[in-house]
Amino acid sequence: MPFSDEALARLEPDMAEIIGRYPRPRSALMPLLHLMQSEEGYLSDDAIRLVAGRLGITETEVTAVASFYTLYKREPVGEYHVGVCTNTLCAIMGGDQILATLEDHLGVGPDEPTPDGKVSIEHVECNAACDYAPVVMVNWEFFDNQTPESAVALVDDLRAGRPVTPTRGPGRLCSWRQASRILAGFTDGQAADGPAAGPASLVGLRIAREQGWTAPPAPAEPGRTATEGASR
Amino acid sequence: MTDTLTPVLTAHWDEPDSFLLAGYRRTGGYRALPKALAMPPDDVIAILKESALRGRGGAGFPTGNKWAFIPQGDGKPHYLVVNADESEPGTCKDVPLMMANPQALIEGAIIAAYAIRCNRAFIYVRGEVLQVVRRLQQAVAEAYEAGYAGRDILRSGYDLDIVVHSGAGAYICGEETALLDSLEGYRGLPRLKPPFPAIAGLYASPTVVNNVESIASVPSIVLNGGDWFAGLGTGRSKGYGIFSLSGHVTTPGQFEAPLGITLRELLELAGGVRAGHRLKFWTPGGSSVPLLTDEHLDVPLDFESVMAAGSQLGTRALQIFDDTTCVVRAVLRWTEFYQHESCGKCTPCREGTYWMVRVLDRLEHGQGTDEDLDKLLDVCDNILGRAFCALGDGATSPITSSIQYFRDEYIEHQKRGGCPFDPAASTLLGPSGSAHTPGGGR
Repeated sequence: MPFSDEALARLEPDMAEIIGRYPRPRSALMPLLHLMQSEEGYLSDDAIRLVAGRLGITETEVTAVASFYTLYKREPVGEYHVGVCTNTLCAIMGGDQILATLEDHLGVGPDEPTPDGKVSIEHVECNAACDYAPVVMVNWEFFDNQTPESAVALVDDLRAGRPVTPTRGPGRLCSWRQASRILAGFTDGQAADGPAAGPASLVGLRIAREQGWTAPPAPAEPGRTATEGASR
Repeated sequence: MTDTLTPVLTAHWDEPDSFLLAGYRRTGGYRALPKALAMPPDDVIAILKESALRGRGGAGFPTGNKWAFIPQGDGKPHYLVVNADESEPGTCKDVPLMMANPQALIEGAIIAAYAIRCNRAFIYVRGEVLQVVRRLQQAVAEAYEAGYAGRDILRSGYDLDIVVHSGAGAYICGEETALLDSLEGYRGLPRLKPPFPAIAGLYASPTVVNNVESIASVPSIVLNGGDWFAGLGTGRSKGYGIFSLSGHVTTPGQFEAPLGITLRELLELAGGVRAGHRLKFWTPGGSSVPLLTDEHLDVPLDFESVMAAGSQLGTRALQIFDDTTCVVRAVLRWTEFYQHESCGKCTPCREGTYWMVRVLDRLEHGQGTDEDLDKLLDVCDNILGRAFCALGDGATSPITSSIQYFRDEYIEHQKRGGCPFDPAASTLLGPSGSAHTPGGGR
């Protein structure tokens, strides 16, 4: 479906703002594709055409970029897209079992939404949360220290519309389209929600506090006192 | 005597507003920026050189030297690009840093940009970490509002614009030249070097690409002096760094320590390898560096010592695997990752990773032949040093090192006609399938 006049009128200022961030318009291509996904949930041919026209490049050039990056989807995914880390460490700690259980439970293939359109799953590579393994992402929010049971409960809650809370993220999980809009550079005002750090991130700091360990003190400002100034 | 742990970047992560400008300023933030702006840019570079800070993204190139390579008076725009595409398997330091303390990264970026005389900085963050993207966006917005970014910063006459740019899922974009292609709106393919980014980087202009942790270290170095930073660490590996312990340890997590700490010391802090098991193999710096074993518990984790032990310090991503783990399965999975993430530009990496996955899959399932190990080593030999970028080189590390240390285990698979390990035994799941530890909490 081509974009409606209403959608085009709404997207144009966003596209202009994105392009304005960069010295050269082509740099705006990736955020523009995120923006298109925020509108349709995936990259339709119409979205490719719109971006190509706006940047003055060919649809083939846009498609070549879209197909290179795994976050861009050429078919609709679920409102909640679940990524299960199966890179080595998470896989060994239980990620393989989580993915197998979810595939079995939902009965869908990679990136394929459930019939209600609510949930899709894919395996993801290392998501930089190895100290919280095994890790599951939903719309790129962290769900740490998962098990097959907790992951099944998570997708069941998502399908039933029950609220779920990321381990390290805002209290309200946003939709796939809303997440794409944040990636396009438009915040949703939830940055200050959720913890500053999870428990694993604080392990070393807690030990340092218990032991009274610190980095060496800063040297005194030169000239602050006569002796310290002279010693420099 | 320096303390075992030396929190600087992580020092305030337990405060609930550590990621906000107010929290950052309360704990000493944004005191380095006015000091830097009061100096000539070259003096800032001199402090970085004095600190001997080496890049925290894995390669360990001296940061001050990188900045000094930017030609001056060349009439071209200069760019600073922060590599926040943390994706190396096992590496999980920059993401918690940006979640809890994005302000230090932004202050460091402003100082770095001033030092290299650039007026535009980009933070290229991987897209798969939404709350980190939000916090970076907020930290940048707060910096503009406070007059730390934008026009005439702190009335110094210096202008800087900062853009947070979200990636879209491609490990290769952590390679600095592939990142630049991606930031220009192309597929993330690495470029031939030279010319290096310092001469022809973003839009063919002089560009510094630095890792998150490197840039976030800049405010403390500028504030406390190069000597202060260089007073920590060992030999040619100065300063502090974040060490990330994950896997089969009692308490996985982040530990900020001077370079040169050993795995034995870190394991002691983390409560040891999980109960009832012993260390089998580990990565000192992600999956792209050779594996080490329990022979290497006392190797100082600095650039030189880890190199001398046959590996590399890399990103200080210490993935710990105990005796329940099948090394062939682990290496197969990493190799599948490299195949998946190979950009396809060069033949050794594109074809080599494809075929290595097939051979390793055969070996893991006990269908290997006598020639397979030699074949793997031969393919590795044809990738290492012949691939276009470090991704291909990195793909060979787990294979060659695992054959070096665990050749018998590969042969055992063949003898038995299958994998001798139970994958359930290596998980965190108990017999009921529920986690036996919530992880993290101490």
